[in-house]
Amino acid sequence: MRGATHAKWAACAAAVALAATACGGGGSSSGGSDSSAVLSSSWGDPQNPLEPANTNEVQGGKVLDMIFRGLKRYDPKTGAATDMLAEKIDTTDSQNFTITVKSGWKFSNGEAVTAKSFVDAWNYGASLKNNQKNAYFFGYIEGYDKVHPDTGAQTADTLSGLKVTGNLTFTVKLTQKFSTFPDTLGYSAYDPLPSAFFSDHAAWIKKPVGNGPYTVESYTKGSKMSLRKWDAYPGSDKAQNGGVDLKVYTDNNTAYTDLMAGNLDLVDDVPAAQLKNVKSDLGGRYLNTPAGIIQTIAFPYYDADWNKSGSEKVRQGLSMAINRKQITDTIFQKTRTPATDWTSPVLGTKGGFQDGLCGSGCDYNPTEAKKLVQEGGGLPNGQVKISYNADTGSHKEWVDAVCNSINNALGNDKACVGNPVGTFADFRNQITQKKMSGPFRAGWQMDYPLIQNFLQPLYYTNASSNDGHWSNKDFDNFVDQANQETDTTKAISLFQSAEKVVRDNMAAIPLWYQNGSAGWSDRLSNVALNPFSVPVYNEIKVG
Amino acid sequence: MPEQHESEGVVSSAGMGGAMDLAVSEAETLERTPGGPEGTGPAGKPRSLWSDAWRDLRRNPVFIISGLVILFLVVISLWPSLIASGNPLKCDLAKAQEGSQPGHPFGYDGQGCDVYTRTVYGTRISISVGVLATAGIALLGSVLGGLAGYFSGGYDSLMSRITDIFFAIPVVLGGLVLLSVVTSNTIWPVIGFMVLLGWTQVYRIARGAVIIAKQNDYVQAARALGASDSRILLRHIAPNAVAPVIVVATIALGTYIALEATLSYLGVGLKPPTVSWGIDISAASPYIRNAPHMLLWPAGALAVTVLAFIMLGDAVRDALDPKLR
Amino acid sequence: MGRYVVRRLLQMIPVFIGATLLIFLMVNVMGDPIAGLCGERQCDPATAAQLKKEFGLDKPVWQQYLIYMGNVFTGDFGTAFNGQKVTELMSTAFPVTIRLTIVAILFEIVIGITLGVVTGLRRGRPVDTSVLLLTLVVISVPVFVTGLLLQLLLGVEWGWIKPSVSTEATFGELIVPGLVLASVSLAYVTRLTRTSIAENRRSDYVRTAIAKGLPWHRVVVRHLLRNSLIPVVTFIGTDIGALMGGAIVTERIFNIHGVGFQLYQGILRQNTQTVVGFVTVLVLVFLVANLLVDLLYAVLDPRIRYA
Repeated sequence: MRGATHAKWAACAAAVALAATACGGGGSSSGGSDSSAVLSSSWGDPQNPLEPANTNEVQGGKVLDMIFRGLKRYDPKTGAATDMLAEKIDTTDSQNFTITVKSGWKFSNGEAVTAKSFVDAWNYGASLKNNQKNAYFFGYIEGYDKVHPDTGAQTADTLSGLKVTGNLTFTVKLTQKFSTFPDTLGYSAYDPLPSAFFSDHAAWIKKPVGNGPYTVESYTKGSKMSLRKWDAYPGSDKAQNGGVDLKVYTDNNTAYTDLMAGNLDLVDDVPAAQLKNVKSDLGGRYLNTPAGIIQTIAFPYYDADWNKSGSEKVRQGLSMAINRKQITDTIFQKTRTPATDWTSPVLGTKGGFQDGLCGSGCDYNPTEAKKLVQEGGGLPNGQVKISYNADTGSHKEWVDAVCNSINNALGNDKACVGNPVGTFADFRNQITQKKMSGPFRAGWQMDYPLIQNFLQPLYYTNASSNDGHWSNKDFDNFVDQANQETDTTKAISLFQSAEKVVRDNMAAIPLWYQNGSAGWSDRLSNVALNPFSVPVYNEIKVG
Repeated sequence: MPEQHESEGVVSSAGMGGAMDLAVSEAETLERTPGGPEGTGPAGKPRSLWSDAWRDLRRNPVFIISGLVILFLVVISLWPSLIASGNPLKCDLAKAQEGSQPGHPFGYDGQGCDVYTRTVYGTRISISVGVLATAGIALLGSVLGGLAGYFSGGYDSLMSRITDIFFAIPVVLGGLVLLSVVTSNTIWPVIGFMVLLGWTQVYRIARGAVIIAKQNDYVQAARALGASDSRILLRHIAPNAVAPVIVVATIALGTYIALEATLSYLGVGLKPPTVSWGIDISAASPYIRNAPHMLLWPAGALAVTVLAFIMLGDAVRDALDPKLR
Repeated sequence: MGRYVVRRLLQMIPVFIGATLLIFLMVNVMGDPIAGLCGERQCDPATAAQLKKEFGLDKPVWQQYLIYMGNVFTGDFGTAFNGQKVTELMSTAFPVTIRLTIVAILFEIVIGITLGVVTGLRRGRPVDTSVLLLTLVVISVPVFVTGLLLQLLLGVEWGWIKPSVSTEATFGELIVPGLVLASVSLAYVTRLTRTSIAENRRSDYVRTAIAKGLPWHRVVVRHLLRNSLIPVVTFIGTDIGALMGGAIVTERIFNIHGVGFQLYQGILRQNTQTVVGFVTVLVLVFLVANLLVDLLYAVLDPRIRYA
């Protein structure tokens, strides 16, 4: 790779002018890593202000994961929720929790992390006037309906279910039993906030201050963020490098090209079209691991065409007309795995993932597909249009492939066509305004690794991400029971019963589990992705 | 020194395809001289500039070749099955990105569709978009621009303000905004958008050309003789101002076919199952390293089409412009 | 002259209002921007209503427009959805795009006019034919393909340039993106100049100048070029605004964080404040460039007089 060599020489020339940095040999010969070296990584402009309870996409989440630590943290390898700032979380009834915060934690501006840091942050996140998009995460806490009413003005500023009972202890009262509540606390919406956040909010937004292993050194809006190792970080997961420069890319193809040219150290989203080249371009410097993301095709149940008797057969037929294996092999070069249930392998069988739960409904079978579609009364209006947003991801490629597969199976060129929508915002608009007239792309990235998170938000009646407005009493009952069940194993099996209701109705067609993929330069080692497909930055070694 | 330049001028005056022109130029010059630009032949039968132009064009090899190419493109737009027996919507993912092979000379694209068949079938849509959009902007732009340049005064000021408004909106930006809400999968929204935001381009050129042509002596003379505005505009100014419009329009035709590709690249262009070069080029662009053939054929077809139209425009302009004879 | 400029400046007011209103309406046609903010989720209705109120989206469009314009005149361009002041975004984005535009315009002027003059004087010669073919290739290949190809060849295969532009976006880094951005316009300029030169080459004043025995370069530069540049100047003048706002594709390929990038992001997120703010400034740039072009007319062609 001539390009890389060239750029490396340029970099070395510049480095020599500043300090005598080892530039001659490769990474391995210089012996060990340089804990002060900074790496550069691809980034996307966060959509919302970088407040913990306001960040609901992975790019903002990336930063929060570096500058914050919450009560729990999901193990970067297994995804299991482990105590981080939580000394202990006690409950006897799955409804009232007493949380004790570990002592000795500080924000990077020197302020101690106390129970108040959490309670204030959660009250802020729940309060309607602060426009926090993740407010509904506090929805189970008592008093939420007062601080965040569905209509009208709020009648309280703080959640009555939260009480500071000591410097490091506070209690949480929920409105109903929720056995897995402690495990959700690793989500960034539950991060603590320093008092500076409230006293000088504008300054905090410009340069966020948290309690994680990195601090924000500088932030150029819409372009670049420089994070540096916080030397006084009290946690055990100290940064192994000197810092990370996050660089905004609008097109992941450019980021990949930059990586090849030695202009960037880490890309955490390798574009589908480049996957074929990854081996020759990067050799072993590439990673492809399961992540908690599943792609499905959802249906508009508010449209009578898709909500009549027999239409479940049409949906099953469509599902069986999709040759998942061929598409994941060809289009995605095996960076996605054909789905056989509605959750994700990162949950593990213990967590509720059940390989093959979908059964024959997810197997490619053109003859059966054709038969089922006919039995179900044929395709509504003779054609399905799969809507997707064309501005991000490689959606066009797979939607076209899915359509071709359906067309071939049904023996009709025009049975299925892709329907690109220009922008994500407009796509979401059409969904929320119930304007979809046919199936549409639905992707789900878990907030926390629990089976509940793959089912309830997506299929429970009127749930926040139930875009198709599917509604089924049996499903809702199973979920309610599962949430109240204190025994984890029993709860999971109840969730699986709910999932079987989804299967029997083919509420959504599961397509594939998405892997996280990352490629990196020869300067880096020990690169890993967590189950949220975010690089574990603090463990990366440079040099 | 002057001699050298003089001789250079003579050679360059032969223009494109000069050798052919030389043979006829003598006779034409003689015929034209008495009547001037608006001359009538000896027989008394009015001979317009346009019939002169047509006489020239018939002898111009550039015109003949580009005309034949365009004719061919039009024919396969109308009857693509004449040269392609396959179905452009029939794709087999198992063959994705495969190269040339017997029966499939251009290979397969990323979805396993036959590139040859899709390129042939794409001709219709791509040509329609280019031609219709160009016709739209040329008509709207030159009429409005010509009038503005000729009448100046209040109408010119008003029109110029209106064009400023449209001109001020960047094209791709306007496309993203306007087309992102379109749900129709016909070609009309795309053409409508191109005309809406494109006519100002021709307007400017037409207006500028008319302002210059208006100051020519023969226009002043015609006016002095009491010719009506419409006569002056159509007979005297239009032929002299049409050349830059044709230059811009022929280039615009190419850019509109290419713009259609850019809109597809941004996800707001034509929608499947429409088959167009733009859709295929933009779909192929990420695969430029692995399977360049996917890009090469539709892009090549597009380039040939643009080439043909520009050559044609050049030839027409040469024939229409009396000053270049 | 002075009166003319004042009149033109006054005329800018309705154009400015019309263009901002037009873009305001266009962005509003796109629909509710709030839906895209909540990821693959429906915003809870209370938060959505609250956000709408905060951004003034609950008012009728004409009221929104008036309020917005009122704020603009006090220098307040509003706040983007991610909490950043639009003026702040502008202060980082415009310098980058201005540099990119300067590079592109220089390419148009230096290469475009030179090629146009050369080919215009040598119509039919091999140099004319090859340049003509070159302009065709440039026009016929969509900009994103040219850009990706150059990026791949120069940036990766041969390693001559960095494939993307850094946050600082220096002139040196912007040469290739500038060329890509200018490419289609460059072809226009070449062909317009060529046509214009070829026409004027035959005119009486050029013959007279040659007959007078003036040196050839003087004939070309002082007489021929000066008179041939009017359509070219018109084109380049109007192109400034188009280049600045039209760099969406180029800025995306080379990852330049300029105006095109901010507009693209703004449109994708239906961020009215960002889009309208940036377009408002672009409209101003465009209007001023237009005025300068018209004033240049008078300089280039003494027959045109403004009063």
